[in-house]
Amino acid sequence: MSKINLLLLQVLVAVVAIALWYVLTTFPVFGKVLLPPFFFSNPWDVASQVVTWFVTGVIWKHLWVTLIEALLAFVIGSIGGVLVGFWFARQPRTAAVFDPYVKMVNALPRVVLAPIFTLWLGLGIWSKVALGVTLVFFIVFFNVYQGVKEVSPTVLANARMLGMSERQLMRHVYWPSALSWMFSSLHTSVGFAVVGAVVGEYLGAAAGLGYLIQQAEGVFDVAGVFAGMFVLAAFVIAIDVVVTMVEKRLLVWRPVVGDSRP
Amino acid sequence: MPVSAMNAPTQGITAAAVTLWNVSVAFRLAGGGIYTAVEQATLNVADGEFVAIVGPTGCGKSTLLNVTAGLIAPVVGRAEIFGGPLPGLNRQAGYLFQADALFPWKTALENVAIGLETAGVPQAEARAKARTWLTRVGLGAFADRYPHMLSGGQRKRVGLAQVLIRDPKILLMDEPFGPLDAQTRQIMGNLLLDLWNADRKAVMFVTHDLEEAIALSDRVVIMSAGPASRIIGDWTVKLSRPRDISEIKLEPAFHALHREIWQSLKAEVIKGYEQTHG
Repeated sequence: MSKINLLLLQVLVAVVAIALWYVLTTFPVFGKVLLPPFFFSNPWDVASQVVTWFVTGVIWKHLWVTLIEALLAFVIGSIGGVLVGFWFARQPRTAAVFDPYVKMVNALPRVVLAPIFTLWLGLGIWSKVALGVTLVFFIVFFNVYQGVKEVSPTVLANARMLGMSERQLMRHVYWPSALSWMFSSLHTSVGFAVVGAVVGEYLGAAAGLGYLIQQAEGVFDVAGVFAGMFVLAAFVIAIDVVVTMVEKRLLVWRPVVGDSRP
Repeated sequence: MPVSAMNAPTQGITAAAVTLWNVSVAFRLAGGGIYTAVEQATLNVADGEFVAIVGPTGCGKSTLLNVTAGLIAPVVGRAEIFGGPLPGLNRQAGYLFQADALFPWKTALENVAIGLETAGVPQAEARAKARTWLTRVGLGAFADRYPHMLSGGQRKRVGLAQVLIRDPKILLMDEPFGPLDAQTRQIMGNLLLDLWNADRKAVMFVTHDLEEAIALSDRVVIMSAGPASRIIGDWTVKLSRPRDISEIKLEPAFHALHREIWQSLKAEVIKGYEQTHG
């Protein structure tokens, strides 16, 4: 399929979905509107709400707050995950001791931690960052742990035979291997950083996209909820594009699936 | 001729590059048992000698190499390198592994240079030497490729350069050309012989391919089928050098030797096959 055809079809899906939404919320079918606008709003209201947000500039503050929270959660969670992952992988005894607790905390639905973080850290950004960190940390931690543990034994033996010291092994073998695993989960961990921020805002905040959606919901402003969702979706896609670009730069050495050898 | 009474390695005037004395290696199995891979192997490799070790699949050929490399310690017996004991890793040996052992996150050039860089050679100098070596193995134009962008044969060439750039006194090769197709194997064999001719290192070359073994080596050592595999034969290959692998395989002397060795190897191959498939 050519690129243009693909794009046309992709746009077509959106057009059909929005048209259906519009028709079903506006025109009665057999004397009855199937999707009552009170619960489903309609494309027109949602679009005008989004436009109003951007025209008045209200949205920028909220986007900025969410972005900062997600970014901080990602950076702090990743650093923690890399350090602990490395430490556990190189110290199997420590890993064995902590294993049940790691599993326990990871099994905990992180949403229940949100009230505690709000209590400890207040309504500002840090309670959201903390929630995001608990999500990002475990993804990065497990990947780095796996990455360090699953270095190919042959590559490791080869590195030793090439005269590498423990420190050089760290730098030339374990580190790149762990990083490649971490980057392979980059999309997931960035996504979870955003989830942490938005859920945290939703549960109690003074600014952010989650706050915006929660506010709209509080006054039964369905158009506002949908508008918030669309802005959030666009925001996540934008971040994903950036992540893909970063990934492409950092993982040049990795074979692309389906890539034929030049 | 087969060695019936195991000839104890005689300490010559100059010590052999590799001496394995009565080496036995055993592994603890996950189930709790003990698997003896190699039993009472005694082998001498003179400096500059190319020795091929041949045996059926799973007979512990690689284990002998790993002992010589210092990657595993024998349960009984000992390995000596140039007359001295081998306390840990064998710093005088270069090891070309059977599986892909290149660093996938490094380019061909970086892969070759790394062995010098770890030894403290300045990066610029190491890279310049690596470039020379890549050219020597015919990959001058592929310096910036990552391993996944290279074919299996090209990766083996990079591996060869990676090992040889450190100028090891002993070269250990574990079925290095195993996964390659027949033509590429022949080309790689000739490349190896060319490089080896330039400065004759002691080579231990493990293979299951008897033809390859005879074509390349000065001596062919035969191991019995595992477990507890032993060295059961030791033949000298008296074919002239320099050799061309595809041509040498046409010589009558090659065929005579091949037939002679095959007679003793055949029984072991069948035994090994029955043990793994029976």
